This record gives sequence, C-alpha cells and structure tokens, in this order.
Amino acid sequence: MGAVTAISLLDLFARMCLIRSFENRVGALYRASEIPGFIHTSLGQEAVAVGVCSALRAADTIATTHRGHGHCLAKGADVDAAMAELFGKASGLCKGKGGSMHIADPRLGILGANAIVGASLPLATGAALADKLLARDAVSVAFFGEGAVNQGAFHEAVNLAAIWMLPVVFVCENNMYSEFTESRLMSRRESVSAVGPAYGIRSEQLDGNDVEAVHAATTEAVADCRAGNGPVLLEALTYRWQGHYEGDPQTYKPNEEAAAWKQRDPLLIAKTRIEDQSLATAHEVDALVAEAEARVDRAESFARASEFPGADEIYTDVYAG
Amino acid sequence: MDAVREGIAAEMRADPTVFLMGIDVGEGGGIFAVTRGLYEEFGPDRIRDTPISELGFVGAAVGAAARGLRPVVELMFMDFLGVCFDPLLNQAPKLRYMTGGLLELPLVVRTQTGAGRSSGAQHSQSLEVMVSHVPGLKVVLPATVEDAYALMRAAIRDPNPVVYIENRRLYGRRGLLPDMDTAPLPLGRARVARAGSDVTVTAWSRMVEVSIQAADRLAADGLAVEVIDVRSLVPLDIETIVESVARTGRAVVVHEAVVPFGAGAEIAARITELAFDRLRAPVARVGAPPVPMPFSPPLESICIPDPDDVVAAVRNVLSQ
Repeated sequence: MGAVTAISLLDLFARMCLIRSFENRVGALYRASEIPGFIHTSLGQEAVAVGVCSALRAADTIATTHRGHGHCLAKGADVDAAMAELFGKASGLCKGKGGSMHIADPRLGILGANAIVGASLPLATGAALADKLLARDAVSVAFFGEGAVNQGAFHEAVNLAAIWMLPVVFVCENNMYSEFTESRLMSRRESVSAVGPAYGIRSEQLDGNDVEAVHAATTEAVADCRAGNGPVLLEALTYRWQGHYEGDPQTYKPNEEAAAWKQRDPLLIAKTRIEDQSLATAHEVDALVAEAEARVDRAESFARASEFPGADEIYTDVYAG
Repeated sequence: MDAVREGIAAEMRADPTVFLMGIDVGEGGGIFAVTRGLYEEFGPDRIRDTPISELGFVGAAVGAAARGLRPVVELMFMDFLGVCFDPLLNQAPKLRYMTGGLLELPLVVRTQTGAGRSSGAQHSQSLEVMVSHVPGLKVVLPATVEDAYALMRAAIRDPNPVVYIENRRLYGRRGLLPDMDTAPLPLGRARVARAGSDVTVTAWSRMVEVSIQAADRLAADGLAVEVIDVRSLVPLDIETIVESVARTGRAVVVHEAVVPFGAGAEIAARITELAFDRLRAPVARVGAPPVPMPFSPPLESICIPDPDDVVAAVRNVLSQ
C-alpha cells in the first residue's frame, strides 16, 4: 500500500491510540458501574474508524452503529463531551440524552451512533441526497457491520444510492460476529464486497486492520463519489476484540482465533511500520500512547466533575419550534 | 386532492429545499393522481420516483431532513407502515431528542387511509394511533378541502416530522382553496365544524363528515350536536374539546379505526380527567370492530362507522 500523503502514519497512529485509550477506559468504567446502560466497544477495529474518517472533510457526514465511539472520535468529536455523554451528564455531546448507543454531533457531520442494526445506511443515503440536491461538495459515509447486510435496510439503501448515483461510501466493518453468532453461519455469500456488483456499484474488500490501506481505499472511494461516480461499497476485514457488548462472556469465540487476531492488532501493525520506516523513535511512539492516555484521563475527570441534567430536560428537545 | 397537491406545490414554489419522493409520484402522477402535474413543474430532482422500497426511502428522507432538506414522502397506503416503521419509530421522532436538540427534522410523510372500497385487510387500515403513540411525531388528519391545503402547508413548514394522513374517500370533495397569502394554520388547533349544545362529537378525517350528517339528522328531532374536528391528534387541542363538553355534558368520539386501544380511548380519558364533574354520561366511542377489515362489501360496510352508528351513540349518551 502506498504511503499516505496528506496525513502521516504517525498522525493516524495517534488517532488510533486515542480510540484505544478511550474504549479501554470506557470498558473499565462500565465494569466498575460508573457508566450506565450498554457499552459496545470498538477495540481492535480502530483502523477502520481512523482510516475512513481521516479521508473525509469537515463538511462530510457519517452515520454509524451501536459500536460508534471510535467513528465519532475519528470524525472530531470532543473527547471530554463524548466521555460526559457516556456518563449521562449535561455537558455531554447530546446533553446526556443519547448515551453510548446514540452519541452524535451533527455540527461535525456526525449523525450519530444508532442502536438499530442497519439504520445508518438509509440515513447516510438521505444525507447524500441532500448534499446532491443542494449542490454541496460533500459525501456521506455509512458505517455498519456485516450483520447489517442481512437487514433489508442495507439492500434498500444501497439500491437507492445506486440508482441515484449518490455520493455515499458504504463502509462495512466485517468483524466476523453478528452479536453472539459467527456471521458466516448467517449467510452463504462469500463476502460482503461480492454484494456490491449485484447492485451495479464498485466494491472493494480490504484489510481493515491496516490503517493506511483503509485510508487509501476511502480516499479513492470518496474521490469517486465527489466525481459523481458513487456510491462505493468497502468491506473492511477486522475483528472485534471484546464481546458484542461489555460484559459478554464470549463463550462462542475460539481462543486461538482471538489470539491470532491480536497479532494483527491495528496499532501494532502501524507501530511496526513506523519503526521499520524510521518515521519516529520508540520513545516518540511511546509518547503518543501516553498522550492519548492523558487525554482520556482529562476526559474522565471532566465527565466525573460534570452535573447530571436537571429534571426540566426531560421535556425539552422532543419537538422543535 | 387538488388541495393536497396545491399545498405541496405552493411550498415547493416558496422553498427550494422542499422535495417530494415516493412510488410513482413523478411522471405517473401518483396512484390517486394527487401529484399529477408536479413532475412537469418541478422536474425529476424534486419530484422523485422511488423503487418499491419504503424502508429505504422513508429512512433516506430522515437523513435528508437532518441535512437541510424538507422532504415530503408519500407512503402510498398507510398499511405499508408495516415495512418501514423503523424510520418513523426509532429515527425521525428520536434523533432530535437524542442529540440534545442539535438536529431538526422537518419531514412530512403523507399517506392515506379510507376503507369502503373493498380494498381488503392490508389496504384499509386507519393506523393514526400507531404514529400518535410515538413522542416526537406530529399527526395531522384533514377533513375538508380547505384544511387539506392549509394543513399541508403548515406540515411542510413545521420543523418536526409530521405524518399527514389523507382519506381517499375525500379526494373527490370540492371546495375553494384558502387565500394563497393566508398564513397556514398552526398545527394543533381544533375546529368547531358544527355548533351545538346537547352533545359534543369529536372526530377527524372523513368521520367529521359522517358526524355532521348524523348531526343534521338529529337536528330534525330538535337535538343540537356540536361536531369538533380535531384536525391533528398530535398536538391535540384538548382545550376546545373540554370547553365544549363543559357546555354539553355529553361526549362521543368517532373514528374509522378499530375501537380498542384507539385514539377514542385517549380522548375519552382526557375528557374524564379534565371534565369529569361536567359529564352527565360516560363518554361513548364509535369506531370499527376489532377485526381485520373484511373484503366482502356488505361485511365491510358494517365495519365502517356511518351516520346511523353516530346517531345511535348520541341517542345513547343522551338517554343516560
């Protein structure tokens, strides 16, 4: 894979470190009953979030899944407000009214995490329709898992985007598991990327743990979309380190499989490449890891120090106007 | 139906972000010809034919609304809500709230109901209560030509997701459109369709007409029935209803939907909560029996409330 031009591998690595630290911290806080609700972490999948979002502009839109913290951070969500949202605090991105599964920041083009599997695809398709009709030079990305490919929403949205040639990049994070179930038992198709040509759109399968590969493929897909040749379907092969949600005992995963994928840790791959190419010293790399951890420390402190929303917030924001 | 079309067209002329999409709404002009002529005036970008793919295009409308357009989406029959409920249950009504007010979703889903033409159990349901039960949606049900126009304009201008429910058996009604320059009605203001002092009948959509016919008949017996057209179930103008019941002491709610767990039950409960001491009889409900709508014309006819049913209900509450 060719070297990243506009953004350095070091920068991509730093962004992945932030997500890694954030997700590890959130998992620990959840296990300690500090964070309420459900938590679905994206540990092991950081390269997809960072590789895709680093190829986007501020005006571009993303719509994501229940496993969406990483995508939001990669698109620029404020770390303090993101953490506070997970705590349900008033200083959260959504005033504490969304939580982990609905974390969003529309001001940054983040339509949000979504707790309905497959819902991101029609939303991103509609956002792209708006961009096209309003003649905005912007693209939309729908993140979804391979489990969502069995939903009607996938097929309806891909078809709609295809017939209208909308600027949408459909990004499937194939992490091999649909909740607790191995995905290959739930469909006889050989790959998600094989579905794209059936709808007449360009599709590509890529190594979802190689952040440079993801960045390059997304850059090309986004360019296609901006040139009016969208939509594009990308299938990023990756692996979900944790369970479906935090607390899932994962009895269904073979130990050897998990161990093998840990060897393909997206941060490790990037780090090795940084060292091989002498892009930074080991000390500098360690400093990036520590910096991410410190950033998350501050976010945790911010979230803890924040207030819960007042009871009057129950009735606000139901309707506009 | 010209009123619906003219309402859409007027807003499309006034606001370039308004667009329409749905199955066969373009060159075909729509299954009931409601959108005829719009394609010629506004072109294929703003009058968009969709595949038979309601989940896809209703969901896309939510995304488009979140990004600055004002979509008007046609759901050909309200029964088809069954294949695209997620955008109207979990997306459009909740995204504003869940983002702490950062999103506005100005979206109109226009659809139609109307039993009575042997359309069968999957094309005859009045499902307004299913959307009325979801906080975050508004639900509009025009009963007159004038309101079909004005409420459509108001629905498109509203910054929230609005489900606008037409009754196909009203499409042939004639009337004058309100002055084009008149500001659209605010949503949530009921209309006294017929004044009276003996009983308050609350209805919407085609049942307003049915209730007025019943009132006319009862007038021959010297009974003055007040008919209130709620115009929208959400927001519901309960004040107008309660003010009327406070005068009449008796109330009947009439709807085409099945009775159990229906909007009639909600309105009856609200009347009881707010005007119990003024009631001289229990609130009565008139609606369809809890069965899938039968196809056979004589059976279907029995299931649809008609003026006889309303007359009987009014006489019953007056006898108590």
